[in-house]
Amino acid sequence: MAELKYTPDHEWFRFEGDVATVGITDYAQNALGDVVYVDLPEVGSTFSGGEAIGEIESTKSVGELFAPAAGEVVAVNETVADDPTLVNSSPTGDGWLVQLRFTEEPELIDEVAYGELTS
Amino acid sequence: MKHKTPLASVHERLGATFTDFAGWDMPLKYGSELAEHEAVRTSAGIFDLSHMGEIRVAGADAGAFLDFALAGKLSSISVGRAKYSLMLNDSGGIVDDVIVYRLGETNFLVVANAGNRAAVLDALQTRSSSFDVTVTDESEDTALIAVQGPNSQAIIEAAGIESEPLDSLRYYRVVEAIFEGEDLLIARTGYTGEDGFELYIPAHAAESLWETLERVGEQYGLRPCGLAARDTLRLEAGMPLYGNELTTDRLPEQAGLGKIVALSKDGDFVGRTAVERGPEQDAPVLIGLTAEGRRAGRSGYEVYEGDTLVGVVTSGALSPTLGHPIAMAYVAPASAESSELAIDVRGKRIPAAATNFPFYKRKA
Repeated sequence: MAELKYTPDHEWFRFEGDVATVGITDYAQNALGDVVYVDLPEVGSTFSGGEAIGEIESTKSVGELFAPAAGEVVAVNETVADDPTLVNSSPTGDGWLVQLRFTEEPELIDEVAYGELTS
Repeated sequence: MKHKTPLASVHERLGATFTDFAGWDMPLKYGSELAEHEAVRTSAGIFDLSHMGEIRVAGADAGAFLDFALAGKLSSISVGRAKYSLMLNDSGGIVDDVIVYRLGETNFLVVANAGNRAAVLDALQTRSSSFDVTVTDESEDTALIAVQGPNSQAIIEAAGIESEPLDSLRYYRVVEAIFEGEDLLIARTGYTGEDGFELYIPAHAAESLWETLERVGEQYGLRPCGLAARDTLRLEAGMPLYGNELTTDRLPEQAGLGKIVALSKDGDFVGRTAVERGPEQDAPVLIGLTAEGRRAGRSGYEVYEGDTLVGVVTSGALSPTLGHPIAMAYVAPASAESSELAIDVRGKRIPAAATNFPFYKRKA
């Protein structure tokens, strides 16, 4: 399985070919608290770099899902829309949120750099 | 430098996530805040509330003094009872909401919110000048542990505390007790909407009491709970939070707390003239809002009736127990009973209806 890349906004990306599966990190889900609602974009919609394409709500706060570069939504995780607790229980597994295809190169950091950010 | 409670090392052992609350390093949650919330509704939760302010008011004039300094008639409660009250300023604005315990004929304990401890202490001292009382801040030496939920009585009974039988301690009563040779107060009060107790104990004995409660509580499903669960619990119970629903800009009547002010009591009290005058006719009033779906209105979100902005949300969450969004909001009086309101949730209007408090009421 491909290694994960990250943004400083606590999102992770797993590339298979030109499609990235995207979610929020374990650090982010813990900071957010129990997730009770996720709002995901429509499949086929396009976005520009830096745009908020989704929302993750916990009992206490709201986090936004930012697109790190322009592209298109290839798939969304309908299972997590029905059961948002997957974001807490399996943030980098079953709790993935969207699959994106970028039309420009996103600036991502590796696991070591992300680990330094959150330590 | 943030304040730490006498139980800080306990919270670290339990793996708490901490948050800053009024300058205090407080546990926000230990694991899942929804599981903590549910534990209080179905079994029991234990909370560290040692950040609260405990202020002793003692002396021959203590009752008369509190009648002057606070909005309620505290001189009329009997020994061993508690009363919810308000401290007002000269304009009738709410300085704090407090619980007052009468521990003796001339001995009261005023419990203030952590963020208002200095303001309440200062006002009590200033207002006491013509009374024979002493006002003493005991907060530093006092820890407060709350055990809340349907199993809370069984847990406290199993903890080896010497006290009168808890069956005879009714709601909003307080009794003196002893734990491991230390004096403590057991009060049947709380901020969760469940049966429960608040235990006031010397700071140096707090860790031993907590660990005992934790141990004996295990078989009763007792769970450590942080401020996140405390907030959703009080919101479901329709209880206001100082800083959200209650501020110096609000008169008690606006917050639905008009009945807490004892206008019938003899003599003057701070804020009386302003409360008798009452708020402006169009001053916003506090209401409850319920909505469908799962998107919650939150503090600061605007409330609309049709295209007209009529108010603002002060607290809101997806209710863990009820499964739908609930909120408290200040709205124009004309909209206070409307079922056709909407909350602007980040650009999307979510239909909402005005409702009475509480949102959640435990089964008797």
